[in-house]
Amino acid sequence: MGNLFIMPRRDLVVFVIFAAVVLAMPVWLGPLGAAYPGLLQKFAIFAIFAIGYNILFGLTGYLSFGHAAFLGVGSYTAVWSFKLLTMDVFPAIIFAVLVSGLFALVIGWLSLKRSGIYFSILTLAFAQMCYNLAYSVLTPITNGETSLQLTRQDPRVIDAMFGPAGDSLPTASIIGHNFTGFQGFYFCAAVLLVAFFIAQKIFSSPFGMMLRAIKSNQTRMNYTGFDTKPYALTAFVISGMYAGLAGALLAVTDPLAGAERMQWTASGEVVLMTILGGVGTLVGPVIGAWLIKYFENIFSAFNESMLTRIFSWVPEGLRDWVVTIASKFVGEGWHLTLGLLFVLVVVFLPGGIMEGVRRIGALLRRPTPPATPTAMRAQPAE
Amino acid sequence: MPDGKPNVVLHVADVHKHFGGLHALSDIDLDIEEGKTHAIIGPNGAGKSTLLNVIIGRLPPTSGTVVFDGQVLTGKKPHEINQMGVVRVFQTPEIFPELSVLQNVMAPAFAKRDGAFRINIFRPLEAEAGIREEAESILEDVGLHERRSTHAGALSRGDKRRMELAMCLIQHPRLLLLDEPTAGMSRHDTNTTIALLQKIKQRGMTKVIIEHDMHVVFSLADKISVLSGGRIIAEGLPDEVRGNVKVQEAYLGGAHRLEAVH
Repeated sequence: MGNLFIMPRRDLVVFVIFAAVVLAMPVWLGPLGAAYPGLLQKFAIFAIFAIGYNILFGLTGYLSFGHAAFLGVGSYTAVWSFKLLTMDVFPAIIFAVLVSGLFALVIGWLSLKRSGIYFSILTLAFAQMCYNLAYSVLTPITNGETSLQLTRQDPRVIDAMFGPAGDSLPTASIIGHNFTGFQGFYFCAAVLLVAFFIAQKIFSSPFGMMLRAIKSNQTRMNYTGFDTKPYALTAFVISGMYAGLAGALLAVTDPLAGAERMQWTASGEVVLMTILGGVGTLVGPVIGAWLIKYFENIFSAFNESMLTRIFSWVPEGLRDWVVTIASKFVGEGWHLTLGLLFVLVVVFLPGGIMEGVRRIGALLRRPTPPATPTAMRAQPAE
Repeated sequence: MPDGKPNVVLHVADVHKHFGGLHALSDIDLDIEEGKTHAIIGPNGAGKSTLLNVIIGRLPPTSGTVVFDGQVLTGKKPHEINQMGVVRVFQTPEIFPELSVLQNVMAPAFAKRDGAFRINIFRPLEAEAGIREEAESILEDVGLHERRSTHAGALSRGDKRRMELAMCLIQHPRLLLLDEPTAGMSRHDTNTTIALLQKIKQRGMTKVIIEHDMHVVFSLADKISVLSGGRIIAEGLPDEVRGNVKVQEAYLGGAHRLEAVH
């Protein structure tokens, strides 16, 4: 496809900057205390999850509360590929994307029979069903509470053809090369860049415009000659495949899969990521994913002695007082900080962090704040 | 069609529409000839919009059929009816408020070119020069070219209507249904729209217009059907309808209004 690499100039610039930021994460996250491989991998993986989710929610406006199901399906499929076939990551990823796509096709086809809140409830119901099945009836496949893990007795038929299994548990590999730590991050980052590129293509394509038009006015779409159902379903399946890809990478970086990955809180998290960063923008969901993962992993690790060090410049008498108050917002209290941040963003920046970025950009370009073109929602009557 | 008769594009046969006990439409028979502009007029509540909704498939008739070009429209989905070439301008503009004016007009062109569904992610919108040029030229026709990058939601009501008209025209419909195309427009905008519709008429597009404004009706219509109380009470050339006593009664003093157009 010669068209594949035709890209508007602006998209190309965004892609180059994005790639630079992602690949340099081990550098610029250093001072923020987040430059260790385990967390960097999560940043890349959840960015993929959020980018994919945004293709459904951001473009078509269908709010799914069940996308963690596809993440979980991706993880289970990848681990099974590791157990049965080979430790190579490519079959694991390909199977995970296909199987989660298949799940998304069935769940999406049924859920899209309704719209609005009923659609959301249906997706939530299906995801909770997957979660509970994984814990109960499907234990032979999911290994229930103990999580699906690798064992030395796994057949791994393809690997077995190339030589006997070692004494220790194998790790994921790319065409025979094992990778760990930062290599794992760079692998995830490369996948993230591909995922971002595809999302850019969708956003700038006629197909992407149709999805936006569905969000804008579904009635007009129908009377314009579009069959909106397959458009929405395609967006649903694509976002499900993104979730499956993210799930596979979770299994690649740590070969085990548990049902808690499919719980509704995980589905809710990706909604928060997207809204926090900016619904319908390309970069917003990525920023949202990074912020939430940062809070979850770094803020939650702060304790009183660290706070005392941070506030060492505060006069002696006041310091304890400041530390006591601040400690409510870190450690166990990180949810409180995140919640407050979320409320502030939704109330003052309905377009998420990306709207804040745009407003600052507009302020810098012109000394007087420009009249923002308020996109009036003309609600069709009749 | 055979026997040298004018080619009937749309045939409404014995349509009834009841809402509970209310007979919104009774015994409607209507033939729309190819290339003609057919106006449906009538006082408020006569059933004009209901008739249009039945034609476009938005409301199923209680009985009777609507046949377009030999195919029954009754029971077809809105997008199927559009793909057959029957396109509608709404009374309240139905547009994509979040998209730009240019994108609003480009989207219907894709429906025309690619059909009801196509996954098209490899060519960016920017590379679709043909559709873009056509959209720009139609925006030029309706006088919205300078506003092509504006969010459609920010347009005035009159501009929204003209944009919606452009969205319909870009599909080169075989039958264009216009539900009060000039309602809410200033006199100047109304005249611009009339001129535009006359221009399309010369291209031979078949149109059905529902309209209150007699100035618009008599400027455009080749044939007029008068609807009152859900029935067609008169039908004919504009001059015949103008002189019809029943029509003047239905309009209750509307005689003056009809005469005033002379």
